[in-house]
Amino acid sequence: MTDKIKLTDMSLPGRKPLAHVENKDLMPLPYPLESPEKDHGWTALTEKVMGAVECGLDDTCALNIPQPKTKEEEDELVKKFLAGLDKLFTKENNWTFLQPLVLSMEHCAKCQTCSDACHIYEASGGNELYRPTFRSEIVRRLYFKSVKHGGVLSAWQHGDIEINWPLVARLAELAYRCNLCRRCAQTCPIGADNGLVAHELRKLFSMELGISAKECHDNGSVLQLKVGSSTGMSSLVVKDNIEFIDEDMTEKTGIKVETPWDVEGADVLLIHNAGEIMAWPENPGAFAVILNAAGIKWTLSSELAGYDSINYGLWYDDAQFARVAIKHAQAAKKLGVKKIVLGECGHAHKALSVIADRVLTGDLNIPRESSMTLLRDIVMNGRLKLDPSRNDFPVTLHDPCNMVRLMGVVEPQREVIRKICPQFREMWPHGVDNYCCGGGSGFAIMSGNNFQDWRFHVSGRKKMEQVLNAFSDCMDPSIHKYICAPCSNCKGQFRDMLAYYDMWAKQSILYGGLVELIVNCMVDAKPGFIDWEWH
Amino acid sequence: MSVLVYLALYAGAAVFVAASLVRAWMYARAPLHLRWELYPVPHEDPAKVKHGGSYFEDKDWWTHKRAYNLAGELGVMVPEMLFLKALHEFNRKLWYRSFPFHFGLYLLIGACGLLLLAALLGLFAPALMAGALGMAFHWLYTVVGVAGVALALVGAVGLLHRRLTDEDLKTYTTAGDIFNLLFFIVSFGVLCAGFLLRGPGAPGVLAMVQGLLTFNRTIEVPGLLAVGIVLCALLAAYIPLTHMSHFVGKYFTYHDVRWNDQVNLRGSKIEAKLVEYLTYKPTWSAPHVTADGKRTWADVATTNPWEGAKK
Repeated sequence: MTDKIKLTDMSLPGRKPLAHVENKDLMPLPYPLESPEKDHGWTALTEKVMGAVECGLDDTCALNIPQPKTKEEEDELVKKFLAGLDKLFTKENNWTFLQPLVLSMEHCAKCQTCSDACHIYEASGGNELYRPTFRSEIVRRLYFKSVKHGGVLSAWQHGDIEINWPLVARLAELAYRCNLCRRCAQTCPIGADNGLVAHELRKLFSMELGISAKECHDNGSVLQLKVGSSTGMSSLVVKDNIEFIDEDMTEKTGIKVETPWDVEGADVLLIHNAGEIMAWPENPGAFAVILNAAGIKWTLSSELAGYDSINYGLWYDDAQFARVAIKHAQAAKKLGVKKIVLGECGHAHKALSVIADRVLTGDLNIPRESSMTLLRDIVMNGRLKLDPSRNDFPVTLHDPCNMVRLMGVVEPQREVIRKICPQFREMWPHGVDNYCCGGGSGFAIMSGNNFQDWRFHVSGRKKMEQVLNAFSDCMDPSIHKYICAPCSNCKGQFRDMLAYYDMWAKQSILYGGLVELIVNCMVDAKPGFIDWEWH
Repeated sequence: MSVLVYLALYAGAAVFVAASLVRAWMYARAPLHLRWELYPVPHEDPAKVKHGGSYFEDKDWWTHKRAYNLAGELGVMVPEMLFLKALHEFNRKLWYRSFPFHFGLYLLIGACGLLLLAALLGLFAPALMAGALGMAFHWLYTVVGVAGVALALVGAVGLLHRRLTDEDLKTYTTAGDIFNLLFFIVSFGVLCAGFLLRGPGAPGVLAMVQGLLTFNRTIEVPGLLAVGIVLCALLAAYIPLTHMSHFVGKYFTYHDVRWNDQVNLRGSKIEAKLVEYLTYKPTWSAPHVTADGKRTWADVATTNPWEGAKK
């Protein structure tokens, strides 16, 4: 590891990375990943990348910000950054988060209580750069210096920082070294929120400078608003895919499966994360099996964005967030459904249920509900015939931060699992004290340059430790083990991370959603819905 | 000398109250932000608070009447305010220093309240204070005050020691942070010394407070004690001008952010506020936002710059 870095290092001229982490620096993992020497090496950034984009922060690069060619260009970018910083503290531009942001700026006691709560800081072996307050403290100093126009006295009281392009470029990258899980905020004795500061920084860069992660913006919210889904599926394509899934599910379960589309006046508009349709078709398929069997009057929508609950704006841009949330509500309004039910996607849960609650007004304010609640109602009220012995294998539950700590949907999924999985075991800690999967806030879809190395070695490490500990009593490749992750984004992270460490081949650890477990034990369905194959 | 002490005390108290109120007013008048709560939210249904659940766990939650669990909220607030429960749970090393410091301050405030009450009773009902009640008050404010100063002093020294020696804290410690703690230590230290070293003929604390209330210039406040009192008055005026005003900020971070799970219902006051905010005119510069200072948030949010564009 590099020497302990200082806040002022962020302004150092040049593009030499401030922090470097090696496997031996990282938090140790339990068996069978206990040896740092046997862990994968880190892919170095190429000379080409290093020479073209800003990567002066650490071992990776998430944003690919082109290097300015001239000093004038740099100064212009710094000027824009400072203009954006000012805007963050005006109600006209940022009524959405002004009050919590100002509170976090003005009341952090710098006690570092939050550091121990951060999985990234812990997994990195305590690298100063990844301490939750490191980023916030820079922003705080900028706030007092630039926004509040603090002079010498303010610098003495709050600390000073030199404002230049290297600082701004590093800060942009640093905004993408936080999963926005807000576990740190939960432990803050004062209520300051470092996750919010990272979120607001991302917003500043996106909404003022047009700088954001390509995967979240160009290939995410823009694509969704352009064609209807960030997967790139148009409504025609998605209908085709669902038809194929219906056929496949019919064959697999022996139950005729038909997904209803655009049913006016339906009780439920189900919106999946469209990534499920592409990557894990058995998930939307299982939903269809369950809802039909339970006699729910439900529908999917083929409206623009109405079939994809993704709302990446949640992580970086208020305008993009509001646009997509309104599209979701408009789709529901058009069909006149009684409620929107969100499929297994954590960020979609929080985006439409919690955050959009203060965006949607009038007849767009249509009730939104978690699928966890609906599934609990179906399972616990005996609306399906279930045989838990079909799920007699070790199962653990991952709590998606957006669904649990940030929304309070904790028990419904547990009630279902306790009923249908005889070998259920919790991870520790769990519930509202859970750890992020490491893919939160867009990381699961971000893989440019060598970013994956960072998210497996650092941001996902704590979750990997939790999974291995949860299954420590059955670390035998002949025993199939199942991580239930009722969130598309988290599943993406598990898929990539388990593959990286070869945990399916070596330890038979599979991941999947909740509905798959339910259909797997439905008496009316053919046995073996979960096929125990890597995908 | 006594006039200077009185003026300092009145001015210190006035600045403390005014600056705290201004700060609270600034936070309170900020627009209602998007929801950003963190669970557990203690005013939820007690059965849900146990596991950190919310009303979102109920099927058709919007059809249920929500009860506000005040007892649950108080159950978290009171231990947090009095005993710094979060710090105790998540940062025990710091709690050993921070708790005596804060609890000492509470005791000091309590002692000041008792003194004020005793002084007022002494002025308006001297007969009542002549006997056992007066004696009880005397012992009470003396014990509470001495314990308060001692605890606050020990805590402040502990906090300063940690800030200067703990590697995790050093990077983030500014000159101002050191000054703030030194200000406490010196003020309380001088106050203690002044109190302990006051001469045999010096007026009692109660007499001094009565002198303050009646502006009695015949009271002779001993020099060192007067310096201690003036320093404490300056400290009181200084606190709300700094991040140490978290006694104000914390109310908002907890009630307005962490625990604010108020639902926006159609036709509600919340909705009326949102309708107003949607008329604000942002000036964000990135082209995709389509803000030009003339278009409102409603315009921006309902604009899809890519609708109809080919992939």
